Amino acid sequence: MVVGVFELRTPEDRAVPQGVIPAMAAALEQCLPVRVAGLKPLEIPQGAYDARRAQWSAPAVLESVLASLPEGIPKALAVTGVDLFIPMLSFVYGQAQLKGRAGVVSVARLRQEFYGLPGNEALLLERARKEAVHEAGHLLGLVHCSSPGCVMRLSVQVGQIDLKGEAPCPSCAARLREVSA
Amino acid sequence: MKPQWQILVVDDEEIMCESLAAWLREDGYLVDTASSGREAVELAKKTDYAIYFIDLKMPGGMDGIDTLMEIRRLHPDASIIIITAYATVDTAITAIKEGAQEYIVKPCNPEEISLLVGRIIKVKRLQRENLILRKKLQRRYQFHDIICKSPRMLEVLELAREVSSLRSTVLIRGESGTGKELVARAIHFSGNRAQKPFIAVSCAALAETLLESELFGYEKGAFTGAAERKKGKFELADGGTIFLDEIGDIGPKLQADLLRVLQERSFYRVGGSEEVHVDARVIAATHKDLRALVEEGKFREDLFYRLNVIEIQIPPLRERREDIPLLAGHFVERISHELGKPVEEIAQDAMRLLMDHSWPGNVRELENAVERAIVSCRGRTLTAEDFSFLRNNGAAKIQMPDNLTLADMEKLMIEAALRRTGGNVKEAAASLGIDRSTLYEKLKRYGIER
Ligand SMILES: [Zn+2]
Ligand SMILES: [Zn+2]
Repeated sequence: MVVGVFELRTPEDRAVPQGVIPAMAAALEQCLPVRVAGLKPLEIPQGAYDARRAQWSAPAVLESVLASLPEGIPKALAVTGVDLFIPMLSFVYGQAQLKGRAGVVSVARLRQEFYGLPGNEALLLERARKEAVHEAGHLLGLVHCSSPGCVMRLSVQVGQIDLKGEAPCPSCAARLREVSA
Repeated sequence: MKPQWQILVVDDEEIMCESLAAWLREDGYLVDTASSGREAVELAKKTDYAIYFIDLKMPGGMDGIDTLMEIRRLHPDASIIIITAYATVDTAITAIKEGAQEYIVKPCNPEEISLLVGRIIKVKRLQRENLILRKKLQRRYQFHDIICKSPRMLEVLELAREVSSLRSTVLIRGESGTGKELVARAIHFSGNRAQKPFIAVSCAALAETLLESELFGYEKGAFTGAAERKKGKFELADGGTIFLDEIGDIGPKLQADLLRVLQERSFYRVGGSEEVHVDARVIAATHKDLRALVEEGKFREDLFYRLNVIEIQIPPLRERREDIPLLAGHFVERISHELGKPVEEIAQDAMRLLMDHSWPGNVRELENAVERAIVSCRGRTLTAEDFSFLRNNGAAKIQMPDNLTLADMEKLMIEAALRRTGGNVKEAAASLGIDRSTLYEKLKRYGIER
C-alpha cells in the first residue's frame, strides 16, 4: 500500500518545521505495512479558515486533499502547521477517513511552544511520528485501541501522546494483517 | 473484538454531522447521520442506537426537543445527548427535563466528549451484561447443579475446567438427559468468557430454514415477514459461547454454513451481503454417534473434525450409579422447596429402587421421577410406594409372547439397546455384553437400521 505524504503550505509562521515530514515518512514505513511517496506541497484552502475561531476546519481540509489526490496514490496524509478543528470540538490533532483515502495531521499542538514552554525538537519529532502513524492507521482501517502503549490509543491531551508508543500493539498489528490480506 | 455500538448523530448542518460521525467512527463505533428530526425518527424505528446526539436548533417541522421526545418514546433505554450552542443553554435544561441524559455545548473539548461517550457505553455494557447475568440466574440449572462423585463424572468436570479458557471447539457426547448443556455452561462460566453471553440453540427443535435465520440472523426483506433486520444467535454470542445442541440433526446446507463460521469466524445474515465477524466459542452436543454418521455420509467429515477438537463424553446415569443417591437427595431438597412441600428424605427401600432402575432418560428422568414422587408423597419421607410408577416400566417385567424364537428375542434386545443409547453402537454393544464387531455383524444379519 502506497501512502502519499505532503505538506499543506500555510503562512510562514505556521509552516511545518524542517525534518518533521521526513521523520513521519520514516515512522510510517517502520510501523505500518506501507510505502511512502513524497508528494508536492499544496496550498491550504483559504475556505477552510474560520476567522471567528482563528482555526482551520479539518473536514474542509480533508475535502480539498481528496480533490487533489494524484492518480495512482490510493491514500494520502497531509501535514500542516495550522491548528485544526471540527465543528463539534474545540480542536483535533488530526483526522482521517476510517479506511478511506485522506487524512490530515496538525503539528500546531505538538509543539512545546504552543503551551508556552521552550521548544524541544526531539519531542516534536517523536509526537509527529506517533500522530502520523495514528492517522495513517485509521486510513488503513484501524480504530482506537485501549492497550496502553499502542499508537492507536486515543489521545486528547499532548501528555497522552507522549505516553504511548509509535507502533501498533500486537492485536492492532494482527488486525492490519487481516485487513491488508 | 469489542461489540459494535451504534450511534446516531442528528444535525441539519452536514459538516457538523459528518465530522462528529468521523470522529466517533475512529473510536470504533458504527455511526449514522440524519439531517432532520424526521429522518432521525425514521432511522430510530429501524435501528437500536445506543446513543443519539441531537442538535437542539433544527429548522423544519420537528425541532430538537420534539425529536428527543419521539425517540424517547421509541427507545426509553437509549441515551440522548443534546448538542447546543452557548446561546441555547436554557433550552438544554428543558431537554434534560424531557429525558436527555446529557447536554454538551459546542464546540466542546475532545476530552469531554470522549469521556462522556466512554462513560455511557461502559454503563450500557454493564447493563447488558447484568441482563444476561440475571437471565442466567433465573435458569434452573447452574454450574454447581452438576453434582457427582463418580470418578468418570469428576474426570468430565476436570476436563471441562481445563478447557474452559481455550477457544477450541468442544463436542459433548452423551445420551439424552445426561446434562450436556450443564457441562457446556460449566465450561463457559468457569472460563474467561464467563462475563459474556452464553447462547444455547437446539438444532433439532427448528426446521432447517428457520434454524438458519435463527443462527445467522436476517436482513430486512430477506423473506416474507422479515420486517426488520434481526441478529442471529451467533451475533448475540459474540465474545461468548454458542451452544449447539443436537448438532447431529442438521442438514447439509447448515453443515456447510457452520463449517464456514468455524473456519473464517464470519458469516452472512440471511438475505445479506455484508460479512459479519464474530468471536464466539462453539460448543456442540449430540446424543448421536457422529463418527458413524460421517461413515454413512450423513455428516461432513471436515465439520466433524472442526467440532471434535476437544471431545467430552458424559457417561449415562446407569454407568455412574454412585451418583444416584447424591443427585436424588439434591433434587428432593430443591423440588420440595420449589413446590412448598415439607419432604426431607428418601427411604431406604425407595433408594434401592432408584439404584436398580436403568434410567434410560438419565439425570432428567431421575429429576422428573423425584418431582412426581414428591407431588404424590403424603409425609416427610419418599417411600418405594411414591416411586411405584418406576416398577411398571422397569426391566424386570418382560412380556413374553409364546411364539418368540431366540433370534427374535436377540433382535428385540438389540433394538432396545440401540434405542436406549440413541443409536450409539459402541455403548449398545457394551450394554449387551458383546463387542462392537459382533454387534455390527448381528445388525447386518437382522437387517436392523440405526
Ligand atoms: Zn492496539
Ligand atoms: Zn484516532
